[in-house]
Amino acid sequence: MKEPLIKDYNSEGRTGYTLPELDIPEKEVDDIINDDYLRNEAPDLPEVSEVDVVRHYTSLSEMNYGVDSGIYPLGSCTMKYNPKINEDIARLSKLTQLHPYQSEQDVQGSLDILFNLKDYLAEISGMDNVTLQPASGAHGELTGLLIIRKYFEDKNEDRKKVIVPDSAHGTNPASAVMAGFDVVEIESNEEGMVDVNILKEEVDDNTAALMLTNPNTLGIFEKDISQIADIVHEAGGLLYYDGANMNAVLGYARPGDMDFDVMHFNLHKTFSTPHGGGGPGSGPVGVKEFLEPFLPTPVLKENEGEFYWDRDRPKSIGKIHAFHGNYGVMIRAFSYIRSLGKEGLKKTTENAVLNANYMKTKLRDDFELPYDESSLHEFVLSGSKQKEKGASTENIAKRLLDYGQYAPTIYFPLVVKEALMIEPTETENLDTLNRFINTMGKIAEEVENNPEIVKNAPHNTVVRKLDEAQAARHPDLKW
Amino acid sequence: MDYISNTPQERKQMLNKIGVENIEELFSAVPEEVRFNREFNLPSGISELELLDLVKEKADKNINLEEKTSFLGAGAYDHYIPSIVDHIVSRSEFYTAYTPYQAELSQGTLEAIYEYQSMIAELTGMDIANASMLDGGSALAEAVLMSARITRKNKVLVSKGVHPSYRKVTKTYTEPKSVNLKNVELNNSETDLETIKENLDDETAAVVIQYPNFYGTIEDLKEIGKLLEDKKALFIVAANPITLGMLEAPGEFGVDIVVGEGQSLGNTINYGGPYLGYMAIRDNRKHLRQLPGRLAGATEDKEGNKGFVLTLQTREQHIRREKAPSNICSNESLNALVSAIYMSTMGKKGIKEVGYQSTQKAHYFAEKIDNIDGFEVVNKNNFFHEFWVKSDLNIAKIKEELYKEDILAGVNLERFDEEEGLLICVTEKRKKEEMNEFVNKLEVLTDERTSH
Repeated sequence: MKEPLIKDYNSEGRTGYTLPELDIPEKEVDDIINDDYLRNEAPDLPEVSEVDVVRHYTSLSEMNYGVDSGIYPLGSCTMKYNPKINEDIARLSKLTQLHPYQSEQDVQGSLDILFNLKDYLAEISGMDNVTLQPASGAHGELTGLLIIRKYFEDKNEDRKKVIVPDSAHGTNPASAVMAGFDVVEIESNEEGMVDVNILKEEVDDNTAALMLTNPNTLGIFEKDISQIADIVHEAGGLLYYDGANMNAVLGYARPGDMDFDVMHFNLHKTFSTPHGGGGPGSGPVGVKEFLEPFLPTPVLKENEGEFYWDRDRPKSIGKIHAFHGNYGVMIRAFSYIRSLGKEGLKKTTENAVLNANYMKTKLRDDFELPYDESSLHEFVLSGSKQKEKGASTENIAKRLLDYGQYAPTIYFPLVVKEALMIEPTETENLDTLNRFINTMGKIAEEVENNPEIVKNAPHNTVVRKLDEAQAARHPDLKW
Repeated sequence: MDYISNTPQERKQMLNKIGVENIEELFSAVPEEVRFNREFNLPSGISELELLDLVKEKADKNINLEEKTSFLGAGAYDHYIPSIVDHIVSRSEFYTAYTPYQAELSQGTLEAIYEYQSMIAELTGMDIANASMLDGGSALAEAVLMSARITRKNKVLVSKGVHPSYRKVTKTYTEPKSVNLKNVELNNSETDLETIKENLDDETAAVVIQYPNFYGTIEDLKEIGKLLEDKKALFIVAANPITLGMLEAPGEFGVDIVVGEGQSLGNTINYGGPYLGYMAIRDNRKHLRQLPGRLAGATEDKEGNKGFVLTLQTREQHIRREKAPSNICSNESLNALVSAIYMSTMGKKGIKEVGYQSTQKAHYFAEKIDNIDGFEVVNKNNFFHEFWVKSDLNIAKIKEELYKEDILAGVNLERFDEEEGLLICVTEKRKKEEMNEFVNKLEVLTDERTSH
């Protein structure tokens, strides 16, 4: 541990905060709070100065790698550059110093922004209405599936089955189960796509929905999408679109036009809001008109230029977030969409796809490409060749860290052995792409000539390879 | 402005390498019948300057807390946030990072989360805290689901002192799982223990109490803990963590799961989000297996150096898929970092001081209001920094009149459809003159009424 824990800076009696003197006559504490509920022992939080805190966390930040440090080619995560102006905007006090229970009149400006964002997302996706309440992609999935559940309940149809391809994100089956469905996983065909024949066999009058990512997690566009949609719809089921890969299709295809009924967006992927080391995200849900009554309450509406929250939603699934969702993230996404505009969004997708295809072309000689189909914004390599020489995909990933670059998503999707899932995004330039490609080439060479150096990676990071098995066997989760 | 750096020449060069003529060719796999063949009906792109102007113009329509004196609380609290919080959290190595799956290049995030977990465990008096949940409402909902899984029972007694919105979120989450949420009525502003006694049986998965509760009242966790002592049902408490510098930790009362909204620990009020849920449990393997969310844990590298990783990931959706205890993936990591910085900065003394000042001020204020004819503080003397006022006067009218004096008088309970009155919150930011002005105005309103 290069940087000690903040508690290790402790010096008894040291403080790092200031508050004004209390300006009212004080009462004896036990006169205002029952003795049973007064804390016996002060919580053992740090006793440190402001400078200690600043130095400590600055030092921690120096041990971190973000998009601002370099390429972050995590497949399905869309780690694009997070524009700084959006951070400034999200910090304007006129936008931040608002209480969620202030009256609608007080927050017209913010509601205006949110309303516009809803509209933009609807246009971009071809859906009819959007809720901004879900706070993450998985939260959006849960919301969307609860909408589907409510829809069938309303129709007095008891449908229990949700179908997901084996290449789906783990959140898909997990969300379906949380929404009370049974999950059926279907095998992809040789091209890495939904096998229409298997789907036909599986879809029946118990099918509530098919969840699909398009392009899928292999970066491959499901070319049979119209037929797939027909199969599901003819059986009375609905189509759910996992929007994780939307960066691949802006201006080229819309989930709504592909006949999807419900979808979620990941504002922290497609719309450039920072991932924050794991969150906050934001997972708005778009629906077709017939599902609008089931949207979470309240629904943002406009009447003659006045914005208001409609709480009279008898068929709604209810609330999914205590307030209005991750508002600060929405402000950033709005700013992003306005900055890029209609042309910029399309150009974004074009360059994301160009970058990915360029990398695929350059990397396929050194690494196996298990699905040699036309792919869009991401692609999946296999480290099988390298594995035979003794270096696993994990070793390759760790070796990348030695070269000061982040690793792709590994061991996902599950349909590829030793998977390396690569998504460069549009904001990386040719030099950065080439640097990553050269590094990968160098690592492939190392695996041939000096596999030990790869197997023992990382060598240059602040810590060497950490023992995850030990962490799980003997959980040490607090100081 | 589109943030794309490759030039047309570079793009040409790349297309050549790929072996296609133009970019459109790369989209050949998108079938014609689903092609989007028109321009987006969206505005064109704009420069930074134009964007700033445009947003500011909209933002100017807002009236914010800097223009008013706010006594609003009800789950979103306006505490002072030390300047260093935003400075540190603005370091882009933190905020532009992804979930720390590659631990060796993410030690900053991981160590900070480990510290956050440690300090949450310390404040709540529990053993294990996770790396954050989406918000207070969903944290409670997930705790209730967790209790049903652990006990294999489905009846849950939920106090009406729990934030109405948390209860609504919990209802949304638990409906598909046929969890039977049974409301426990309040006696005045406090959970009625008799109702718990009557309804607590072998089929009960959990009892849920908020501390201090939605109306500000400090619930009798000690007695409720006793009721639950020899029962299988779990004790779930939703607590506002900023009160726990002064209030006894829920962990001292036999609580099994503590959850809550962590916003009060240094997070901007931000119209309700992003905030963070927190969740803390006992060191119990059975419970740990059912705990949703990520966990940072300490371990060693091969040279024996201490470091941090995401651990016990086999519980999570990306590994367990449909068998995972929750679908949670993205959490509120950056907000957890904010809270870690806040807790470190305020420290042992400051966290108590914030609570002490807030509660002293709230009691000063409540006493004055209670003394006005036609006003009554429902909680009497048992509350922390938030209290419930009933009045003979119309609450909406009171709010309206005080708004004219630039005071946001509190939350009108009408919006939650359960009780009537005004929920007033006082943080350390409120000044004596502001409270006195509020009281004066209420007296004027009362006088006006009597003179009519």
